[in-house]
Amino acid sequence: MRYAYYPGCSAHSTARDMHESADAVARLLGIDLVEMKGWSCCGATSAHQTDRVMAASLPAANLLLAKEMGLDTVVTCAACYSRMKTANHEITSSADMRAAVADAVGQPYDGSVKVRHFVEILLEDFGIDKLRKRFKKSLNGLKVASYYGCLLVRPGNVTHFDDPENPTSLDRLVTAMGGESIDWPHKVECCGGGLNLTRTDVAVKLSSSIVEMAAASGADCIAVACPMCQASLDLRQKDIDAATGKKHHMPVLYITQLLGLCLGIPEKELGLSRLMVSPAGVLKALQPASSHQV
Amino acid sequence: MTIKIKKQSGKSLRQTVEEMSGVDMSLCYQCKKCASGCPVTKYTQSPPSEIIRRLHLGAGDELLESDLVWMCLSCETCYGRCPMDINIPAVIDALRSLALEKGSKSPRGDMPLFNRKFLEAVKAYGRSYDLSMIMGYKLGSGSLMQDVEKFPSMLAKGKMAVLPPSGAEKKVVKRIFDRSKQAKGKKK
Ligand code: SF4
Ligand code: SF4
Repeated sequence: MRYAYYPGCSAHSTARDMHESADAVARLLGIDLVEMKGWSCCGATSAHQTDRVMAASLPAANLLLAKEMGLDTVVTCAACYSRMKTANHEITSSADMRAAVADAVGQPYDGSVKVRHFVEILLEDFGIDKLRKRFKKSLNGLKVASYYGCLLVRPGNVTHFDDPENPTSLDRLVTAMGGESIDWPHKVECCGGGLNLTRTDVAVKLSSSIVEMAAASGADCIAVACPMCQASLDLRQKDIDAATGKKHHMPVLYITQLLGLCLGIPEKELGLSRLMVSPAGVLKALQPASSHQV
Repeated sequence: MTIKIKKQSGKSLRQTVEEMSGVDMSLCYQCKKCASGCPVTKYTQSPPSEIIRRLHLGAGDELLESDLVWMCLSCETCYGRCPMDINIPAVIDALRSLALEKGSKSPRGDMPLFNRKFLEAVKAYGRSYDLSMIMGYKLGSGSLMQDVEKFPSMLAKGKMAVLPPSGAEKKVVKRIFDRSKQAKGKKK
């Protein structure tokens, strides 16, 4: 299993822990993530809010690197995932866009390089049964709220990630790890991340409702796969406390951090110390995986 | 609700937006499913369905100053749920590009400034650089003190890089920027 790996800009800033944990999990499982040489920014929200051709061309420049490598692209960041999938969609569905992008990047690109999220390759290529056999530890009934946010699942006709209204990919991984994947209504609500700096008041209201709903549904922690969601819920949790007048203590971990823990990877390789809300409660719940756990 | 519309001559805003977004507005029958799922409906004056309605009714450039234009989170909920498959986020992106082109006023919270600072870093380094983007935004918007208490722990936990990013193939990024209409220098 070999993929062209696109870490994305946040891998070196707010989401270092996501990058570290995905990397450690992949190495342990023998999944070969080959970092693209010379990768550049996908343009994130700012490019598509500014110029449509730029928004398709920035991801295309990177997808061309994967094409040269002859490999599918794997990303860990949900925002990069969405921008790359959208670029492929626009490039394949419009000849005008294809021409404009070819002009901008300096070579033709047909939108054919496959873009996969790390969670997808774990479930589809590696397989959950094989994964289950590798767990050394169990979440032992820990109640986990799987939170997908927007960019992985929407729009469904572009990302094709999972059911856009009731996705279960993360839930399936949580259950395989021996956790209790809780049923809650905010799986695909927006965290407000896009307004984090410009309208912090609104962003905090939206992230508050997610943390509060997870708490009210009995979650011990939230599992995420998007750096913006992680920052909105973890980095902003003190602001959420201030806005709601309640003291929350809701650890927000990347799914790859939870997987790493259950695979027996040392904590420091998973970037756990980078979390703002301490994951101590999660660590305490871990138990050796019993051989007959299904 | 009263919707005020200024009539204008020449190509209508609706036509321009339809061309830019590829969306056929006439398909919208105002069921308002988009508005009910929109996370910012509560905080804006105009929900997404109303933006479409205003375009139906022949709205002009005043629409570019609607607060949803820069408050929309691009969460895609409206598009995902619209029974007529109307790509509202693409409509909003088209309105944003036009607002930038025409220098329309943006509501509270300067998203165009944020985007400019973000893209300046991408243009310079080939990758985004949070520290310069955040400082640039704070200086420009006068929100210097907001969130400063987070900086020390973000730095200590390695969640904010001090040095600018390196390693990107900058030539192609520069080429993309040079050929992009918006970046060609109409705006500061
Ligand atoms: S959901 Fe679609 S059809 Fe209904 S009001 Fe919104 S845009 Fe129009
Ligand atoms: S994409 Fe924008 S308009 Fe549509 S639901 Fe999300 S925030 Fe509202």
